[in-house]
Amino acid sequence: MARVVLEGIRKTYPNGFKAIHGVDVAIEEGEFLVLVGPSGCGKSTLLRMIAGLESITEGSLSIGDRKVNDLEPSQRDIAMVFQNYALYPHMSVYKNMAYGLKIMGLPKEEIDSRVKKAAAILELTEEQLTRKPKQLSGGQRQRVAMGRAIVREPSVFLFDEPLSNLDAKLRVQMRLEIKGLQSDLGITSVYVTHDQVEAMTLGHRLMVLNAGHVEQLGTPIELYQKPASLFVAGFIGSPAMNFADARIDAEGQNITISGQAALPLGDGGMPDHGGKDVVLGIRPEHLELVPDAPDAVPMTVAMVEQLGADTLVHGHFGESKSNLTVRLDGIRTIAQGEVLPIRVTPDHLHVFDPSTEKRL
Amino acid sequence: MLKNVHFKPSLLPFLLVFPQIVVTLVFFIWPATQALYQSVLVEDAFGLKTEFVWFKNFGELFQDSHYWASFEVTIVFSFLVAFLSMSFAFVLAILADRVIKGSGTYRTLLIWPYAVAPVTAGALWVFMFNPTLGVVAYALSAMGYEWNHQLNGGEAMALVVMASAWKQVAYNFLFFLAGLQSIPKSLIEAAAIDGAGPGRRILDIILPLISPTTFFLLVINVVYAFFETFGVIHAVTAGGPAGATNILVYKVFSDGFVGLDLGGSAAQSVILMAIVIGLTFVQFKYVEKRVAY
Repeated sequence: MARVVLEGIRKTYPNGFKAIHGVDVAIEEGEFLVLVGPSGCGKSTLLRMIAGLESITEGSLSIGDRKVNDLEPSQRDIAMVFQNYALYPHMSVYKNMAYGLKIMGLPKEEIDSRVKKAAAILELTEEQLTRKPKQLSGGQRQRVAMGRAIVREPSVFLFDEPLSNLDAKLRVQMRLEIKGLQSDLGITSVYVTHDQVEAMTLGHRLMVLNAGHVEQLGTPIELYQKPASLFVAGFIGSPAMNFADARIDAEGQNITISGQAALPLGDGGMPDHGGKDVVLGIRPEHLELVPDAPDAVPMTVAMVEQLGADTLVHGHFGESKSNLTVRLDGIRTIAQGEVLPIRVTPDHLHVFDPSTEKRL
Repeated sequence: MLKNVHFKPSLLPFLLVFPQIVVTLVFFIWPATQALYQSVLVEDAFGLKTEFVWFKNFGELFQDSHYWASFEVTIVFSFLVAFLSMSFAFVLAILADRVIKGSGTYRTLLIWPYAVAPVTAGALWVFMFNPTLGVVAYALSAMGYEWNHQLNGGEAMALVVMASAWKQVAYNFLFFLAGLQSIPKSLIEAAAIDGAGPGRRILDIILPLISPTTFFLLVINVVYAFFETFGVIHAVTAGGPAGATNILVYKVFSDGFVGLDLGGSAAQSVILMAIVIGLTFVQFKYVEKRVAY
């Protein structure tokens, strides 16, 4: 267990491409930090820099009390689980797990007990330990890859999209297992994923990356309730947040979406931004179907998706062009072309500056 | 089970394979049967009379100490050629695998020797090592070593091995490089995290994973050293001095066309044929099955 501290970490490739534009974060002992973002945002690069598989152009990285910038991966006291598992195909499962320990020079009995212990934690049978990786299913290979990380008893676990090669059902199961394992072992972990559900469910804190910049760092609920930018707002939450061009009135008390009814901003309003054109974000789950409400806005239905537990209604407000998704619970029978009275649940408005894309 | 697709019988497929069959018959099957036939005949040096002697030629061969000496030379020669060219090519491939910039140029340059004909390669090395004219021989004598492969059997062997191996390095390099590049990078990274240094990674991860390539190349190189180095030997040593580099394939030539013992020479080529059939069989049986894992 160790603290991992990143200070002003930057990465510039020899061809001049800047992959990471300065990351500062202190990952606490036993914390589970998830790096999340779309492909090419630099999340894997950052993880590989922590692992020592990519050099650090600028900044300082320390694990525990040591500055590890110039240490080899094996000296950083880390273990990594790769996306494609990276199991040695010519070694048995047992040897795969024991390989690192053998190189550490541990005595045979110690290696054996560590491997057996990890196998027990991961519910790998004796018989499976003798198999070659290709004789295992995807989920079992994933477990072996985890086992190889566990036996090293590292200070830090690094996960590089470990679940993306699994089918949907197995992914949910392994997600729970990883979460349970991390909290049982209490080992500081950094986890890379592009899947926001994985990020929300696993992480104590999330770091949202976009094109090498940190968009926001915070707990899953902070990111959900107070997204710092349009990017985070659109990335976190499923189905994605609705955005519409809107205008705050001169007093800063109400907000109007393209000529529709004014919505109260509440909470003292935003007097500093009176008369400003903004982007309004509303989550699909914060739109309600309320017949007879005086402040309801009519929404024309374009399409309906029945999910059983929820019904997603896609459409738009009156003449407005911007698409809108409403999440209603339970099964609803709604026809295409129907006009529904929709009300915004108060206090769930997100207002962004259209030029800086930051939260106001 | 998929059903076989049946076409109407037509002449076209036969026409399409016809040229291949003709080539095989004229240049391969016919000479091979001739060799088989000749190997059971004894013909006098002037070609005046021919006698059918059953397997007497083979019997004489197996009692001939020169033949066994040639066998020994061939085994030493092919082992050295295969080992030298493969290990050198492997080192080059490991180095080339790490190159990012200009790898294309580097690779092309390394492939060039393969385009050089064996006789030319041999001539090249003879010039460099010629005891009176060669630059390398001159440099060696400046260092106090008198190189003369025309007198010293060991030096002659070293020279033909170097010339033959040099030519084959390019081919081996290509296959090793392709093999190395097919190993997922993450495996090497995983090994690095496990604490394996570069040397250890080669031993524990890379070598086992490219063992199918290595085995394939071993067979190819042995076949090369056995049969395709005739040009090199002919240009460099002509089998000498005193038979020190007289490999089997060269002995077939010198006994048959210089010594005019056609029957004995044919018997030798039949034995060589059996060896190459055996090697090909080994290659198909094991290489196709991918021996590694």
